[in-house]
Amino acid sequence: MKVQSAMFYFPEEVIEHIFSFLTHHPDRNTVSTVCKAWYKIERLSRCEVFVGNCYAIRPDRAAARFPGLRSLTLKGKPHFADFDLVPPDWGGLAGPWIEAMARSCPNLEELRMKRMVVSDESLELLVHAFPNFKALVLVSCEGFSTDGLAAVARSCKSLRELDLQENEIEDRGPRWLNSFPDMCTSLVSLNFACLKGEVNLKSLERLVCRSPNLKCLRLNRAVPVETLAKIMNQCPNLEDLGTGSLLADQFSEAYVSLISALQKCKKLRSLSGFWDASPLCLLAVYPICANLTGLNLSYAPTVQGQDFINLIQHCVKLLRLWVLDSVGDKGLAVVASACKELQELRVFPSDLFAAGPATVTEEGLVAISTGCPKLNSLLYFCHSMTNSALITVSKNCPNFTRFRLCILEPRKPDPATNEPLDEGFGAVVKTCKNLRRFSISGLLTDQVFYYIGKYAKALEMLSIAFAGDTDQGMTYVLNGCKNLRKLEIRDCPFGDGALLADVTKYETMRSLWMSSCDISLRGCKALATKMPSLNVEIINEWEAEMEENLNNGVAEVISNNNNKHINNGNDERKVEKLYVYRTVGGPRTDAPDFVWTL
Amino acid sequence: MSVETERSSTESDVSGLDYEETALTLGIPGGARATGAELERKRGFSRTVDLTSRIGASEDRSDESPDTNTAGSAKAPAPKARVVGWPPVRNYRKNALKSSNKYVKVAVDGAPYLRKVDLEAYGGYEELLSALQEMFSCFTIRNYPNEERKLVDPIHGTEYVPTYEDKDGDWMLVGDVPWKMFVDACKRLRLMKSSEATNLGLILLLLNSLLFELERRSSACFIIIFFSLSFLFV
Repeated sequence: MKVQSAMFYFPEEVIEHIFSFLTHHPDRNTVSTVCKAWYKIERLSRCEVFVGNCYAIRPDRAAARFPGLRSLTLKGKPHFADFDLVPPDWGGLAGPWIEAMARSCPNLEELRMKRMVVSDESLELLVHAFPNFKALVLVSCEGFSTDGLAAVARSCKSLRELDLQENEIEDRGPRWLNSFPDMCTSLVSLNFACLKGEVNLKSLERLVCRSPNLKCLRLNRAVPVETLAKIMNQCPNLEDLGTGSLLADQFSEAYVSLISALQKCKKLRSLSGFWDASPLCLLAVYPICANLTGLNLSYAPTVQGQDFINLIQHCVKLLRLWVLDSVGDKGLAVVASACKELQELRVFPSDLFAAGPATVTEEGLVAISTGCPKLNSLLYFCHSMTNSALITVSKNCPNFTRFRLCILEPRKPDPATNEPLDEGFGAVVKTCKNLRRFSISGLLTDQVFYYIGKYAKALEMLSIAFAGDTDQGMTYVLNGCKNLRKLEIRDCPFGDGALLADVTKYETMRSLWMSSCDISLRGCKALATKMPSLNVEIINEWEAEMEENLNNGVAEVISNNNNKHINNGNDERKVEKLYVYRTVGGPRTDAPDFVWTL
Repeated sequence: MSVETERSSTESDVSGLDYEETALTLGIPGGARATGAELERKRGFSRTVDLTSRIGASEDRSDESPDTNTAGSAKAPAPKARVVGWPPVRNYRKNALKSSNKYVKVAVDGAPYLRKVDLEAYGGYEELLSALQEMFSCFTIRNYPNEERKLVDPIHGTEYVPTYEDKDGDWMLVGDVPWKMFVDACKRLRLMKSSEATNLGLILLLLNSLLFELERRSSACFIIIFFSLSFLFV
């Protein structure tokens, strides 16, 4: 009792100082709910804000709550937008956020966005509204061009970081690199690997020359070996390098200078790129392999077979490895024997339609788990998987926090026993107590969901495709996974019963996605009615149908801004795509015609 | 792909004939009949003959389909039905990994058979010409001051001009456009004898005029042109 009231007599500055040790945003969210005083102190002192769903709160409200905001992270479209399941123009616009920040948070220094639509105009506004702007990180975004990049380069006096990962950027020419002013010497990290077009090589060399602090540089495919060698001679302190095109002649000057330049880079820890890599250029890389902690060969289909083996066996300190399945089970076996410290492995498919010869199978994964017991993060695309393999893997590696397995053929059973893979995935959730992210595939019944609900107590994100038998499957998950934040489901036989089994659960989650399932408009309407704090959005392809019905005078259309609501009594219609998320911002004001908020 | 089928249905509608069968081409007599698409691309000549207006005649006739090429070369029977968004791989990654082999035919005037080269294997024009030089083993590269590159047969002194057929079916001089653009657009290569290149240009020019005059039924001009033509063949 005495201690409790003593807290209230601490001056605000002291409490603020205590809060400054809390950097993890969930912790800050928690302390802000203790009492009004703490809410106020916390919000005025918070510098880094993470908004996992850009529609969960109105930009103005976020800006008003955190006036001292210096770093903002935003996520827009649902995850399945990465796989073409969300129509274009769905939303996730960065513009309103940048405008709101421009009005209320002039100290903004960093902006990180994922799956959002950013226009060139927004980028212009960004650099002019925030005089201290330092870092821009865009992942899987779209809507802008190299003109926007030119604006960022031109106007940021002290730009430290420009990181573009896997974005769709319209190429309007190579001149954007010239836009970095001569006095710009502050660059620490530059990543333009996802740009498809040419770059001005001379400008690039000059930029690197005048950036003594450069630690991370990721080039795109258009940068040849000659330029790479020149650049590396300029920055021997580079820690993270993404090469351009690694195609060079054996006796060319470029190749020779590349070798000597690489050897000078003693601090190099992470390598990526390897576009069109010839075996010869790989030889140049061997001397630095021993110190590498990160290696990304997932865009290098030419690095396979013995070339891959020769390379990877030197990488004894590797923590993170991304490869293509063309390295085969054999390649993975060598990884297992060489990379004992491995923590993260991603194996991507080189042939997307499973029409080629089997490349990696359960054998490769078992080998890895045997050789790399520290493995905690896995993304594995394969042709087949067995229950016994999964059970072995989970015994060998009980530390998984992220486990994503994608068997290329939907609903494929265990080829050895012809049974579903329930037991295998069940073993993973039983042994890996810290599992936070889980993606499952292959033939699966409700049983696997029983296991998930029962054992995966730490689970935060679950992705399901082509799995389950009845509503009970989804219900197990909703009832059992206490920490579930994101649930995304496609092509599963879950219906209204599952959707409405525990409606208050969705308030504890960030979002739910269901597509090609068995839910109906009636079920979605019921959910919307019961839970007004959720946005229940339907993406519908009924427009064409609606037009037809209108012409026939069948439907009665009630228009309400962007919300068209058909009342022709056919609530039994199946809903193709459903996106449900909690929000304090009310229904979206920028929803396109094909998105209905119920 | 849909562009192509659209186009061919328009044509047969317009002419009422099976266009492929009636198309004039330049080709070895009795040579293997190519598919409709290839026939179309054979010669600009066939295009000048066809006087009916053809909207979209120069539309992109890309017949490449990297996905089906790689799938077709695999051992599996039929490609499986593709599900939207499966496997869950980002578009960026899918596009980046598209088959990067671009094999095109190389024909050399006077050589008994053709060769094939993978354009993706070269970093630029220099490398390509060196490779061609090696392949046909009798040329050396001669660089002209106006940056035209020609391959020369040192024994006979004949010059060869590297030309390529682009997506529109036009024959272009190699070297004008940036390398990547060239790789994307090039369908086949032909090392044309310099002398023939000039002659061919003249022939086409005259034939164009001939047909134009035919339309106007001006027989006087017809005779003049006919005589000019005959001189060429001397």
